[in-house]
Amino acid sequence: MKTKLQTLYHSLKEQGLTPEQDRKIRYELDLLELDGDHRYIPEPAVRDIYSYRDMEMLHDASPPKLMALTTVQSLDYLLEKDKQREKDGFPRKIRVGKMVKPSLTGDDKVVIVPTTVEEKLLHDRVRFNEEGEGEGEGQGAEEGGSGEGEEGEVIGEQPVRPEQGGQGGAGQGEGGGHDVESNAYDLGRILTEQFELPNLKDKGKKKSLTKYTYDLTDKNRGFGQILDKKSTLRRIIQTNIALGRVQARGTIDSKKLLIAPRDRVYRILSKEKDYESQAVVFFVRDYSGSMGGKPTELVVNQHVLIYSWLIYQYKNQVETRFVLHDTEAKEVKNFQTYYNSTVAGGTQVASAYSLVNKIVEDESLERDNNIYVFHGTDGDDWDSKGDKALPQLEKMLTYASRVGITIAENGYGISGQTEVERYIRKSGLLEEKKNLLRLDVIAPDTNETRLIKGIRELIS
Amino acid sequence: MELVSQHAKKIMEGCKERARDMGLSFQDESLEYIVTNRDFLQLSPKNMIPTLYDYWVQDVEVLKEQGQYELYPNNPYETVINTRPPISYYNDNNPDWLNVMIFYHVIGHIDFFQNNLYFRHTWDYDFAGKALADKRLLAKLRSEKGRWVDYIIEFSRAIDNLVGYFDLLASFTTEKKKLSRLDYYFDVFLQQKQDRTIAGYVAEIERYNKFTRDFPKEGEKRFLETVQLKHAEFTSLYSKAVRERAKGNRLDILQFLMEHSPFLNREENKWMLMVIEVIRSTSLYFQPQIRTKILNEGWASYWHENLFLNDDRISGHEVDFAVINAKVTSMPRVGLNPYALGMRLFYYLESQAENGKISYDYQRIADQEARRHYRAASGTGSGSGRDFIFFVRENFCDSMFINTFIDQEFVDLHRLFVTDKRLNKERMTWEYYVKSKKAKHYKQMIADSLYHPPAVTVTVDDDNALILNHLFEGKPLYRDYIEGTLLGLEFLWGAKVSLYTHEAELKKREPPQPPRAEGLEGKITWKRMRYTMKNRKMSRVVID
Repeated sequence: MKTKLQTLYHSLKEQGLTPEQDRKIRYELDLLELDGDHRYIPEPAVRDIYSYRDMEMLHDASPPKLMALTTVQSLDYLLEKDKQREKDGFPRKIRVGKMVKPSLTGDDKVVIVPTTVEEKLLHDRVRFNEEGEGEGEGQGAEEGGSGEGEEGEVIGEQPVRPEQGGQGGAGQGEGGGHDVESNAYDLGRILTEQFELPNLKDKGKKKSLTKYTYDLTDKNRGFGQILDKKSTLRRIIQTNIALGRVQARGTIDSKKLLIAPRDRVYRILSKEKDYESQAVVFFVRDYSGSMGGKPTELVVNQHVLIYSWLIYQYKNQVETRFVLHDTEAKEVKNFQTYYNSTVAGGTQVASAYSLVNKIVEDESLERDNNIYVFHGTDGDDWDSKGDKALPQLEKMLTYASRVGITIAENGYGISGQTEVERYIRKSGLLEEKKNLLRLDVIAPDTNETRLIKGIRELIS
Repeated sequence: MELVSQHAKKIMEGCKERARDMGLSFQDESLEYIVTNRDFLQLSPKNMIPTLYDYWVQDVEVLKEQGQYELYPNNPYETVINTRPPISYYNDNNPDWLNVMIFYHVIGHIDFFQNNLYFRHTWDYDFAGKALADKRLLAKLRSEKGRWVDYIIEFSRAIDNLVGYFDLLASFTTEKKKLSRLDYYFDVFLQQKQDRTIAGYVAEIERYNKFTRDFPKEGEKRFLETVQLKHAEFTSLYSKAVRERAKGNRLDILQFLMEHSPFLNREENKWMLMVIEVIRSTSLYFQPQIRTKILNEGWASYWHENLFLNDDRISGHEVDFAVINAKVTSMPRVGLNPYALGMRLFYYLESQAENGKISYDYQRIADQEARRHYRAASGTGSGSGRDFIFFVRENFCDSMFINTFIDQEFVDLHRLFVTDKRLNKERMTWEYYVKSKKAKHYKQMIADSLYHPPAVTVTVDDDNALILNHLFEGKPLYRDYIEGTLLGLEFLWGAKVSLYTHEAELKKREPPQPPRAEGLEGKITWKRMRYTMKNRKMSRVVID
């Protein structure tokens, strides 16, 4: 794979790269080099003075690690209160933070943790947050230590790019305090109701949400396609009982029964709603080297939110497909893998788009489904002019109900100057296909409120 | 929550006797409860005080990121609370020997609460009872005013870390001395004069000394007469200063708002004052705990170890004890364990004092060999070490404790060092390495990690805007929280609020260099900023 990337890099280089692009590509290649066999002196566990507690130290049990399902107030109550705050002219305080997909199997499991902060005037250390390189927690974070060791000696190491999954991903929710278990459907409802994400307006307009099949299931009296003999006989007996022509315990002479026209019951051809999956959502994510850390977290969080919202809108009738890409794209089978996959090599957006197109074509998904594609990237693309990506994107727009592209800037480049953003804006597709294509650019320090706002951009 | 069994209680009473014999002092009564995990979950957001007022934030997980405790300094919730009588909590399945160990630790805390001068203001009343009254008051107000009570709680809590704790402590210790004319002249008047110079000040002192030499009897009086002649306004300014001083101490922000806010003092808003006072007094109660973490835990650990090992009733459990005790009091490879550090310091001080080494004579010796063999000349000896650590537990708080007693000898004895992280570009890892083994650096590192809220003074300008001034101590404020805090303050004040503070800026920066090859020093400049909150909109400007 490495050699392949190297050749790709060289061929790109021959075609001419700006120093800027060259640097970015080389950076990703460097990161790739680092993966693999690497031994670390284990990183020491660091704790702060005030994190030590009697309860945990002295008593054997350590209650703070418990998951509390005992919250006094329900999430709805808290959010209702928060809405009232907004009406009173104060900003909202509850964040529906930390979405976690805990299980490999239970597919739409999301844990909602209502969190908040108490804002006070507090001292901060001087910090300059440079993306990707540790969470702003760099040098100057001096700690105490004890034991062997001379000045200058290394006593522990921590990889700059943690293996994904452990950090920043699913791990964080564990051991947290008050969690409210909920599923994606509920989260979708909360997003729609409390955060006023729009309801889908054009349900059934472009392509009906519900498809109909015709079946001989309805019954009709008087006329129809097929006579339902059993029901007809039952009606006839009823009629004759009412007329007094049939006595209890007496023998019945079938020839003497009167038959009214409306006693004949027919089966009739009728429309039936068919709740097959109505929407197919493609979540596409760049997992190249440059995506490590914050961009991945943002993109994935936004995708969880979108996913939940769609689940609610389509009343659980959503099929999801997950696609990861670097220079090549692959489909992964569940959200867990999608969420946690480790960063890999370079970036070519076109590969992902063409894979989506191929899946749609092969399975003729566009005939019966609304198709949504959400793509999250940091905006880097080795194919810097979009020569390959744009045709694929245009093709995608012919069948998709909505394509939403989220660019989570990784902070290396200049804001608003990423390749993907540039070539998409330049292509004019954003204006031309305004109903179909949306673009949302988010900064590395984006919070959840902004993410939800971004979703509104992408889907409304 | 239920009380411990009579059996356990009896054992604990035995512990109290043994502790008293060793010189610890605390009140007779104490309450011990068995708590379940469920109880614990409800208690922990209330700092283990069962009667604390209700507030919705307690139902929500407050965001705490790992390693960000300096941002979210929380009061440590302990297994024992400082009430009258003190209440402590136990798991229901503890074996007796463990309960004894925990109870000795608890006794250490109780002794500390009831004797350390930083807790002086909590000695005269029972907080659990007061909290219950406050809780009922807030519940009643909530039934009348609804959600507005919670807004007031929220906005008051936004500044409850800036309460005048030290001013309150000062009121217990310093007697009110009347301001003398002479003191006023030299300490205040001269220093506030427009054309003040050091030379001029010294000349004035010299002039005063001359007067006292020339007129031994009434030098001061004559000197002041000349002052009066020279500055006609002196007497009136002096009496004004005396009046102001009589009025009392400085006001903290919450007090200032209660006293001067036109909004809060409107008839229909008077109930808010009660809420604010509840928040303020609750906060004051909690202030000493976080400032004595190392001392308090060190003291309790010192005593649970000493008392447990000398308790004849539970012999045979030394190994069990050792396992738990090692977990509690071992020094981590990296990080600061307050139990371990505090306990070691107490042992160290005890032995130093025992050998007469806490003395000027000893400090003066530079020769390592001589230091090692030092024996005090005069009769120090048995018992003086104990006395000394009792003195420390009475009079010190964490920052004083660390600053005064950590020396190179202690650092060497326990092989302590300061670690830091640096980026290894080859391996793309953060390396933890031993940065320094000097006591000076170790001390500084601890000092930096101790709880230290910003100092903010409050005034009103001509425009009736509330002016907050954050006194610069080389640290910026956490920016994300400024808006929320000022918003609440504007509400409580009823008009515009401004905050002056300093912020750091990188002098030059070359992206995408990995951050900070070396320390930050010399790479940042400080800019003075003004944040203004007006009509719930915040603006931020650089002023110089």
